[in-house]
Amino acid sequence: METLLSVRNLRINFRLDKDTTFEAVKGISFDIPKNATVALVGESGSGKSVTSLSMLGLLPKENASVLPGSEIRYDGRNLLELDAVELRKMRGADISMIFQEPMTSLNPVFTAGFQLGEVLRLHMGLSPGAARKRAIALLDEVGIPDAEYKINAFPSQMSGGQQQRVMIAMAIACEPKLLIADEPTTALDVTIQKQILDLIAALQRKHQMSVLFITHDLAVVGEIADYVVVMRSGEIREQGPAKTVFENPQDAYTKALLQCRPRLDRRPVRLPVIEDFMGGSAHAMNLNERKRGVLSSDPIILDVRKLGKDFYTREGVFGRRKFEAVKDVSFKLPKGKTLGLVGESGSGKTTVGLTLMRLHEASAGEALFEGRDILSMTPREFMAYKRRIQIIFQNPYASLNPRFLIGQILTEPMMIHGVGSSTQDRTDLAFEMLQKVGLPEVSFYKYPHEFSGGQRQRIAIARCLTLKPDILICDESVSALDVSVQAQVLNLLQDLQDEFHLSYIFISHDLAVVKYISDQVMVMNQGEIVEIADSDEIYRHPQQPYTKKLLSAIPKGWHHGA
Amino acid sequence: MPFDKPHAVSPGLWALAWKRLRSDGVAMVSLAIVAVFLVMMLLSGTGLIAKDWAKEVGVNYAPPTFVGPAEPGAGATSAPGATSASDKPTELPIEDPLADALAAIRNEGAAAPKAPEASVAEDNKTVDPLAEVMADIRSKAVENVAAEARAPTLPLGGDKWGRDVLKKVIKGSETSIFVGLAAACVATLLGTVFGAVAGYYGKWLDDFFNWFYSVFTAIPYLLLILAVAAVLQQKGTFTIVLILGLTGWTGTFRLIRGEYLKHKGREYVQAADAIGASNARRMFVHIFPNISHVVLVQLSIYTVAFIKSEVILSFLGFGVPVDVVSWGSMLNEAQNELILGKWWQLAAAGTFMAVLVTAFSLFTDALRDALDPKLK
Repeated sequence: METLLSVRNLRINFRLDKDTTFEAVKGISFDIPKNATVALVGESGSGKSVTSLSMLGLLPKENASVLPGSEIRYDGRNLLELDAVELRKMRGADISMIFQEPMTSLNPVFTAGFQLGEVLRLHMGLSPGAARKRAIALLDEVGIPDAEYKINAFPSQMSGGQQQRVMIAMAIACEPKLLIADEPTTALDVTIQKQILDLIAALQRKHQMSVLFITHDLAVVGEIADYVVVMRSGEIREQGPAKTVFENPQDAYTKALLQCRPRLDRRPVRLPVIEDFMGGSAHAMNLNERKRGVLSSDPIILDVRKLGKDFYTREGVFGRRKFEAVKDVSFKLPKGKTLGLVGESGSGKTTVGLTLMRLHEASAGEALFEGRDILSMTPREFMAYKRRIQIIFQNPYASLNPRFLIGQILTEPMMIHGVGSSTQDRTDLAFEMLQKVGLPEVSFYKYPHEFSGGQRQRIAIARCLTLKPDILICDESVSALDVSVQAQVLNLLQDLQDEFHLSYIFISHDLAVVKYISDQVMVMNQGEIVEIADSDEIYRHPQQPYTKKLLSAIPKGWHHGA
Repeated sequence: MPFDKPHAVSPGLWALAWKRLRSDGVAMVSLAIVAVFLVMMLLSGTGLIAKDWAKEVGVNYAPPTFVGPAEPGAGATSAPGATSASDKPTELPIEDPLADALAAIRNEGAAAPKAPEASVAEDNKTVDPLAEVMADIRSKAVENVAAEARAPTLPLGGDKWGRDVLKKVIKGSETSIFVGLAAACVATLLGTVFGAVAGYYGKWLDDFFNWFYSVFTAIPYLLLILAVAAVLQQKGTFTIVLILGLTGWTGTFRLIRGEYLKHKGREYVQAADAIGASNARRMFVHIFPNISHVVLVQLSIYTVAFIKSEVILSFLGFGVPVDVVSWGSMLNEAQNELILGKWWQLAAAGTFMAVLVTAFSLFTDALRDALDPKLK
């Protein structure tokens, strides 16, 4: 097969400060064939994004340097040696790129049509009229309804999926030979992700271009990739045709990546983690099936009845518009079990969690905790219950105060609630919790920025545990984590539930994760409950069309129909 | 489980910022200059140096030593306005138009038969009612000349009254830097508290402070200062601090309000809410350390700005009272002197101010970079 672009011995260094450098890419080589999709897979810090940026000369000049001997051959030329003018000609016309966050990649003060037209005018020299016509055709091609009308829409008037479609339209506007897609679906809902993946695959076939698809999630590329390159810590661990990599992986890391993502058809007692494959795991691998489900005899710890939450937006001078984020939601949470809460963005699932924590005041309904309605209590009365319901947020980078030492973070809640009789007591308990979540004791004297995402989420979990809560609300708590780290945190949550008999409300948009961790699953859409049932039941026999649609959108990896 | 092993506490924001600052040459030089000025201010404030700045130690308009003494008489001719006794110490005794007549009368008296002393005095009084006063003045003038042999030159020259410009500029630095620092503290404190309350609580409190802010900023700045000065009536260093502090909080208010708006929605603040932290705790224990670098940079910017403001106000005559010296009042005096070619007071005050303000501004820039390296 003919090669479009070949990377040879690429080495990239980052300067951290005056005299320390970090080798982000350590001499990698791979080819992108013509008219094929290559998936570059790796977790954060693997060097996959740095590699793609170097192809377009987009690395930050002040601290990144490509070492001599590196080569990126395209059309007989070494892209690393081109000057700024030649590179600019290349970008967009030959190689173009789409980024992860469509919300920040589009300029909010210009219409979609203007931004799309700009690309056409600059690169193809079209007149404004011709550019507009072509822009409409492009928007139509990427599947935006009413392209004639939407061309005048501002990015804020479009959904995340539509914005990503506009980004794709811009990227393919000049018929590039290579499209680099850097995690184009990570920020999107699962149903939108499916549509975008299908769109990229269709465009690739139609325009006969090559696609370099960068992702951290192997399952996403299972259906569209022809070749897979697996990277870790700046090195290529394995590369080859997708079929070989998925069906017969040679490298232990690839095997681990394939195994540690929860699957819909299996539910091991513990999820396999990287360490199981690379050696050095603390727990023995236990792939036996775990039983899930709620029995009618389970004691109920939280009984939510007709919960409602309205938001108001200002309209005009005095007017305000009511928006019902949560409508008439009722459910029961059994003690020691997990209730999964799934839905797309805007479905109100996070609002349910925040309202139960009283971080938002509920507009209607009640939540009975041991027979008492926690929503109608005075703040003073609620203080005692606040300790017993805790929440773990989505973004571990944002949920820890960056100016606090881990020790302060862990002891503060105990101090507020008077847990432990002295500072020494609380410090001891904090060390105990650090050990529980698998962090070294020295962590106590460090700042959050010194930890990775997974470690930070462990700290957030430890903070909740210091209060010995009965209910733990996990709001997308593993969504921002790498697949392998996600498996570790899920295992940790599971261990803690086994040990302390905690009840979880597990909020996530990722159905496979929810299926793995939950006894019962509640599907929400536009503030209302669509369906609520035992997790095995809902995945095997979904009753509602919306649930079926959600389920069919889950990336299935290579294991079609397995 | 006690933790007895030796451990290292990770360096915090300030330790890291200090490390970055220390590697910045410009920052360290400007910090040293600012420190010298601050030490000077403290020494002068406690009276260890420049205590006797108001003493007239040199001839009036004594030139700087490196220029050399002025030609004799130049000072007298070029200062027509100066008429006090001490103005012309070399031209003693004072002219007395009645001297001859008095001498004739005295001679007559001597020829006449001796009268009781009291009656002589009585006589003298009747003849010259000012005799005693004149004698007093004469003796004092002679004493003065004996006590202070006035220097023909001074290190940085002298002013109209022969006061040492070096001591004056040190004393003036004390006033100006003190006013700048104190006013910056007042303004930053007000701005931070208002901004924190408005940004954190939002709703009607935010509306109220925004309204207040808008009314405040709608008035031209200098006019506002003059108005507050007029209301406060008495002049004084603290009045000036109060005026600048009360009018200068607006910029910080906007900035801190924005920071609090941004931070109160952050997950770590929600997490603090979830563990039961009170509003005050969230505002000051959780959010404040995250924006304290903004406050510090504001404080630094304000100090420079208020030093300049004080200079302008004093120059215009709305600043410190006449018995207090500041860079502004020195520059104010200098505008008349400049016509006479006496440039040294202007040069001294101008140089001191320029050095401090430049060093302080450079330090502020370096401080901002050190505290927020991502913004560089």
